[in-house]
Amino acid sequence: MRETLSLPPGFDPVTGRFGRFGGRFVAETLVPALDELTQAFFQAWSDPKFHAELDLRLRDYVGRETPLYHAERLSEAVGAQVWLKREDLAHTGAHKVNNTVGQVLLAKRMGKTRVIAETGAGQHGVATATACALFGLPCEVFMGAEDVRRQAPNVKRMELLGAKVHAVQSGSRTLKDAMNEALRDWVTNVETTYYCVGSAAGPHPYPLIVRELQAVVGREAREQCLAQHGKLPDAVLACVGGGSNAIGIFAGFLLDEVDLVGVEAAGEGLEGKHAAPLNAGKAGVLHGALSYLLQTPDGQIGEAHSISAGLDYPGVGPEHSYLLEKKRARYVAATDAEALAAFQQLTRLEGIIPALESAHAVAACGPVAESLRARGVTDPTLLVCLSGRGDKDLDTALELIGAQDGGAH
Amino acid sequence: MGRIAEAMARAESEDRAALIIYLCGGDPSLAATPALIQAAAEGGADIVELGVPFSDPTADGPAIQKASERALAGGATMAGLLAVVEQVRAAGCEVPILLFGYYNPILAMGEAALCERAAKAGVDGLLVVDLPLEEAPPLREQSAHAGLDWVPLVAPTTGLDRAEAIGATATGFVYSVSMTGVTGSAATNLASAADRAAELAKATGQRIAVGFGIREAADAAVVAAQAAGVVVGSAVVRTIEREGEDAAPAVRDQVAALAAGCRR
Ligand SMILES: Cc1ncc(COP(=O)(O)O)c(C=O)c1O
Repeated sequence: MRETLSLPPGFDPVTGRFGRFGGRFVAETLVPALDELTQAFFQAWSDPKFHAELDLRLRDYVGRETPLYHAERLSEAVGAQVWLKREDLAHTGAHKVNNTVGQVLLAKRMGKTRVIAETGAGQHGVATATACALFGLPCEVFMGAEDVRRQAPNVKRMELLGAKVHAVQSGSRTLKDAMNEALRDWVTNVETTYYCVGSAAGPHPYPLIVRELQAVVGREAREQCLAQHGKLPDAVLACVGGGSNAIGIFAGFLLDEVDLVGVEAAGEGLEGKHAAPLNAGKAGVLHGALSYLLQTPDGQIGEAHSISAGLDYPGVGPEHSYLLEKKRARYVAATDAEALAAFQQLTRLEGIIPALESAHAVAACGPVAESLRARGVTDPTLLVCLSGRGDKDLDTALELIGAQDGGAH
Repeated sequence: MGRIAEAMARAESEDRAALIIYLCGGDPSLAATPALIQAAAEGGADIVELGVPFSDPTADGPAIQKASERALAGGATMAGLLAVVEQVRAAGCEVPILLFGYYNPILAMGEAALCERAAKAGVDGLLVVDLPLEEAPPLREQSAHAGLDWVPLVAPTTGLDRAEAIGATATGFVYSVSMTGVTGSAATNLASAADRAAELAKATGQRIAVGFGIREAADAAVVAAQAAGVVVGSAVVRTIEREGEDAAPAVRDQVAALAAGCRR
């Protein structure tokens, strides 16, 4: 039953923490707004009318449920039965829309008259602009200047949808700086503005709200696995940026005996520049929550690097830090090169062009299958969250593939 | 009574608001910072807020963001700033110093270690921007243990009940943010921020200092009519940005002008 929210394992609604992670490390100005949001969320979540409207939009507008697809040629290539949860087929081309339709509905219910969002790859920005067009609210999106360059088609889409895009010039000019700027806007316009956070990160209650809105992915996938495959998978794989698609699909399997594997961006490698705080970071506070982070010994936030703008973030949502320390999930990493190879592999073998983010999860299939076989699982079954489609990445990917091919000649 | 409370009481007995000056530690350099603290004190600052630069200052506007970037590029660290405080104290400057910053650099050093080292260096109190009432207890305990004062923030969005609970944790004064916004924004209504200070003083039984959006002596005067303290940050940071390594005389003059505005 969804009408009464069953809280995630380890979550304390009073402190907003998953185990020791999470909380609310924000300027005092925002605390009352976060209280208001928490209350509005719990009220909405116990209101059948809210769910009726959300479910209808998810079905008729987003196109849920998304298919579960048995990728036979990829299965053969990696030596495991690979099933893809096709979030790339959701409206706007990624899982992000599950979250934005829910949050903008909540914003309307709260009587907010303006919506802001941060975005990395632009997928969350597009999804927020889309939901705002749908519900008739003005939308402003903060995006690092570097990402504006890398993800130009998404900037155009947001503008076409009526959103105003602010190119953020501070810091590393990527996702973390976009989030800084969104927080600055929110602290200024808090009375009228709804801040639609794009991942299962940020101060309480955002990690809870986003995981509950994305949990539809895991709920569907679990039922589909049983219906189409007759059993649960041996492992569930998802890429981890802030962690929303991963926590969404994991949520369906937390209580099952199923391996949960998050795949972070190893960038140039874990010894070099990367975006893998769960693999190679240390707990600290960024953007309102205690969680694993890339940081210097002096507590300055480290610069992340990934080929994929959506994973290019030095932090991660607090529930993943909790799942890591509880050993309920494990977190591996795929390099830029591995993700690019998987991007081409899935395209050639299945005719599906994945987002570079999702390609990280595909890249981990081989190693995860091998580890399962080593544990005695014959012909393991892998469920992979294909969080988005790759149209937005064509420029980046083609440039890099071209450089590779050029180098080989 | 600590040096911070003493300074607030002294200002009150002299029928003026205490002037609290924010400096971004390490901007333009760690080497220049001691002279800037002293210049602020000579100009008439009752308390100096020494900002610990952070890579992601989400509560700050462009002036302090840029100052933080300059400071970090120049190699400012928590340990380096504590050494600056030691140096200032060794030179005989007794102005109360409030360490002002974000939580992660404190966590990285360790809460107990930071408090102990700060107290030993001659820091008088702590103000942590992203540590609201609910998250503050662990650091507040260590801070009290080390004999440091605790200065919490109250915002325009804070209800009076909550302000009362926040006020109960203050040992030096309560910092009231004049508006919803980031540092360096233009104030929209300082007169109502001054009214709010009077209301907060009554609700909390604490001395209230008002900050954000105060740039000149005339702004200070509006606030000083009703608040126990006046905080000026970005305006001084902009002077340092303009004057660079030799900013001390300009800072002294600017602070003196602001101090005149604080007299009732
Ligand atoms: C397709 C896709 N997958 C994954 C992500 C990473 O975000 P998260 O870890 O919150 O799922 C993004 C972010 O932009 C994305 O666009």
